[in-house]
Amino acid sequence: MLYAILCYHDETFTGSWSKEHDDAVMEKLTVVQDKLTRQGRLGPVARLLPTTAATTLRKEGDPPLVIDGPFAETKEQLLGFYVIEAKGLDDALEVARDLGRANPGGSYEIRPVGLFRPGSIAT
Amino acid sequence: MTDIAWIDAALTSARPQALGALLRYFRDLDTAEEAYQNACLRALKTWPQNGPPRDPTAWLILVGRNTGIDDARRRSKQQALPPDEVISDTDDAESELAERLDGSHYRDDILRLLFVCCHPDLPATQQIALALRIVSGLTVKQIARAFLVSEAAMEQRITRAKAAVAKAGVPFETPGAVERSERLAAVAAMIYLIFNEGYSASGESIAQRAPLCDEAIRLARLLLRLFQSEPEIMGLMSLLLLQRARAAARYDADGGIVLLDDQDRSLWNREMIAEGMALIDKAMRHRRSGPYQVQAAIAALHAGALSPADTDWAQIDLLYQTLEKQQPSPVVTLNRAVAVSKVQGPQAALDLIEPLAARLGGYFNFHGVRGALLMQLGRGDEARAAFNQAIALANTTAEAAHIRMHIDRLMAESTKAAAPATT
Repeated sequence: MLYAILCYHDETFTGSWSKEHDDAVMEKLTVVQDKLTRQGRLGPVARLLPTTAATTLRKEGDPPLVIDGPFAETKEQLLGFYVIEAKGLDDALEVARDLGRANPGGSYEIRPVGLFRPGSIAT
Repeated sequence: MTDIAWIDAALTSARPQALGALLRYFRDLDTAEEAYQNACLRALKTWPQNGPPRDPTAWLILVGRNTGIDDARRRSKQQALPPDEVISDTDDAESELAERLDGSHYRDDILRLLFVCCHPDLPATQQIALALRIVSGLTVKQIARAFLVSEAAMEQRITRAKAAVAKAGVPFETPGAVERSERLAAVAAMIYLIFNEGYSASGESIAQRAPLCDEAIRLARLLLRLFQSEPEIMGLMSLLLLQRARAAARYDADGGIVLLDDQDRSLWNREMIAEGMALIDKAMRHRRSGPYQVQAAIAALHAGALSPADTDWAQIDLLYQTLEKQQPSPVVTLNRAVAVSKVQGPQAALDLIEPLAARLGGYFNFHGVRGALLMQLGRGDEARAAFNQAIALANTTAEAAHIRMHIDRLMAESTKAAAPATT
């Protein structure tokens, strides 16, 4: 079963990290990701740019409305996501806990994936 | 993260909002700062024991406000004067957590905090120093180091700035739309000044001053988060990111400035460029152009060019023409001349800048650009005279070295260009 792990945190807080701290966190996360890669369980991983770079398209109207930033003013923002293969929720939670130990603070939303297309972007 | 690192990041990110709220309560910068300081001390003591609060900013505001009120009461017993008039709305101490969630309130709190630092009576250097002390929370020692002055001198500069702000009176009424946009423009200009303090560093001062660029980016990000739909703030943020992205390529081993054409573009920070490009893209959709957006668009054309030869100079020339209309200045025209020389050749560029001589005659870079154009036209003697004038006018040894490097390069190029003709 595929799960998405959606990473939420206060971006003002993570934005206050020093470059050294940020690098250290990324390094620890890479260790967890490498383990998953070896097991053939790691799908796409994305770290998103700050919400100030985001645009929202509200589709109710015609034409749709374009708004700057995410619409809701919430304390935590979606900062990135992973797609992983897990046997079930317990297994997915285990992966999320591993990631969480590498990068404490904020929250992960563990969400089963309904449709998955790996896409064709070459990086 | 260790407790201390966590607390440090939490206090840094909470500071502008917490201090901004305390300034609104106490209507006095020193009182607000003292209250915030006390709240931080309390946080350092209790957070490691009791665990971090759910909302550190709200906690700091609440504790800061209570300690501030206690202090004022204590003082009122020692002195005969009741200082109650300096404390606003003391009766709704319970409602502040709910109040903090009011978005417009905290937007104006933070904007006010930034705005008091850029009072028009304050010279630019004092504005910057005050903002770094008050909003960013840098220590006087850190700021002094960045400005290459003694701690005592910086302390004095900040004290003077604070006195001027107190005398001028902090604007506490909630601003109207026009006032808000005026404040926004003043704050944006101040953030750009901070950035340039760091960006203009060279030689031995780079390590001390370059962090000012990151601090300016942090402040711009704070401002943009509050005013997400302001195209000029997007433009400012984009401009800072696109310029900062070149940091690793801008200096040689001795701290000398490497010209854009000579930079190793593989050293440019791709993530900063991606964010800068995304922001200018977003900003232009608003069709409300302004100087920061135009400058960011110019920076974006440089950032998007894989090599100097790929640069779209014609478009850069057009953007500079737009900038000349928005912000008429001989320095902008001088910058445009560089683009013109690439598109139409050195003579057209020279024709463009010759009329600026009266106004820019004392500016070293004018003679530098003029010398370069004369050199390209094969007027070597005049070029050398212009370069010598540039060196004589340079304000710092770094600027002089910069011009000298420019000359060396042009000499090499003109020999190269001249070579086929002589054989």
